[in-house]
Amino acid sequence: MSIYRELILDHANNPRNTGIIVKKTKTVLVFNSLCGDKVRMDIVFKNNRVADIKFIGQGCAISKAASSMLTEYAKGKKKKELKKLTKTDIMNLLKIDLGPNRVKCALLPLEALKKLLIT
Amino acid sequence: MIDPIVLQKDFPIFSYDKQMIYLDSAATSLKPACVINKLTEYYSQYSANIHRGIYKISEKATEEYEMTRKETADFIGAQSQEIIFTRNTTESINLIAYTLGEKIVHANDSIVASYMEHHSNFVPWQQLAKRKNALFTMIPCTLDGKIHRDLEKYVTKRTKFLCLTLASNVLGTINPLPSIIEHAKRINPKIITVVDAAQAVPHIHTDVKKLRCDFFAFSAHKMLGPTNVGILWGKAKHLSAMPPFLFGGGMIKQVTKNRTIFADVPSRFEAGTPGIAEVIAFKEAVRYIKKIGIDAISSHEKNLCQYLIASLIENFGKRCVLLGGSKPRNRVGVVSLNIKDIHPHDIAAILDERKHICVRAGHHCTLPLHSSLGFDSSLRISMYMYNSRNDIDNLISALHTAISILS
Repeated sequence: MSIYRELILDHANNPRNTGIIVKKTKTVLVFNSLCGDKVRMDIVFKNNRVADIKFIGQGCAISKAASSMLTEYAKGKKKKELKKLTKTDIMNLLKIDLGPNRVKCALLPLEALKKLLIT
Repeated sequence: MIDPIVLQKDFPIFSYDKQMIYLDSAATSLKPACVINKLTEYYSQYSANIHRGIYKISEKATEEYEMTRKETADFIGAQSQEIIFTRNTTESINLIAYTLGEKIVHANDSIVASYMEHHSNFVPWQQLAKRKNALFTMIPCTLDGKIHRDLEKYVTKRTKFLCLTLASNVLGTINPLPSIIEHAKRINPKIITVVDAAQAVPHIHTDVKKLRCDFFAFSAHKMLGPTNVGILWGKAKHLSAMPPFLFGGGMIKQVTKNRTIFADVPSRFEAGTPGIAEVIAFKEAVRYIKKIGIDAISSHEKNLCQYLIASLIENFGKRCVLLGGSKPRNRVGVVSLNIKDIHPHDIAAILDERKHICVRAGHHCTLPLHSSLGFDSSLRISMYMYNSRNDIDNLISALHTAISILS
């Protein structure tokens, strides 16, 4: 089964929530040392919930789709809830099976989000 | 003339996966049956330790191990006693940095490397410079994939090491090291030159004496040999004056409670039990390459390279950007590229998924080179004696598929 399914390609080619937030609560930049990819993620918290979240990044289709889908998922959610997110949740969100070398691409946005959640 | 289809019969992996097209030999090469069989021979017939047993199979293992040292030395125009076995090129270079480097580099000295270096001939020197408060200077690359020749700007009388790659693992460029080294020695006769030859020895004729370098490092696994064998060649006068790198068994002459007299070169630098089977089997790789002929391998790769570049331009035009440009230059069988607006990871994944084509995507351990050329990553196609034009035709057709899926 190809990992390049319609859902992934749709998010990769038209990523949601891209850009930077001027009045952000916090920003973070994470790197994938394997391939040199990077993701910057900005977040705004209101009453312990994600009021806004945006990303910009240099990355493959998997990392772009994961960033797009994760930011979409995170909007409006409580911090407490998001802190519990795991690798399995990301895989369920993407609905694909990734080999060990590509998992890192999908998990890069989660690493960014986790860093944003540390207060 | 090489017939890759005939050669493929010597490589068992091709009968294991008949569809596979392997275009990642710059990462590691495939292994012929003679190398694999030699590993088995050691383990099943004389699997003793070396340099110590007073019994026949240990003597046999020692003899086989030392024979590889001789074959390796002959292959690069060196003397056996100047060949040190390590684990890989990275360890070979660290060995120099941690022994001679620690001894001769002082504050305000400089170490010079090029932007073309693999991290293995880059990070050890950058870190040594940091430890010593020395200057770490980098020679840039031109956009058409060559090292800048204005050495006077970088090399000074205080430069202790000049560290350069003989063939680039990204651009494929074969650097004109004999003239660069000569030039550097004119500026500073005491300069120590360290050549990373990991991408050169498997593909072109090399001779350490003609290069006039001081150290020369490469890896067995990129030239049909087993993993975990690195080779360091150094001029005898340097090696004999160098302190050991790792301490312990096998590298001593005498040990008392308070002092140790170290063994002579090369044992001094081969502490602990080495990769005996791997070193022994490595000579079969060298012999195989000699049998095929290193010059025949070079010209086979050159032909494939020209064919690949012409096919890329014909099929993808300006959408395909070649690192180091498309002008012909002296090179080994390595071509790196980007297809505009598509990440190389995605292309590589589809090539594998659809056609079992193995290529490398990423920065290939050359982040400074990639950023100096304005790229984050690239797709690398690297070829060897067992690759054919048919492999390239298949690659081009799979690239069309990948582009249509990802655009």
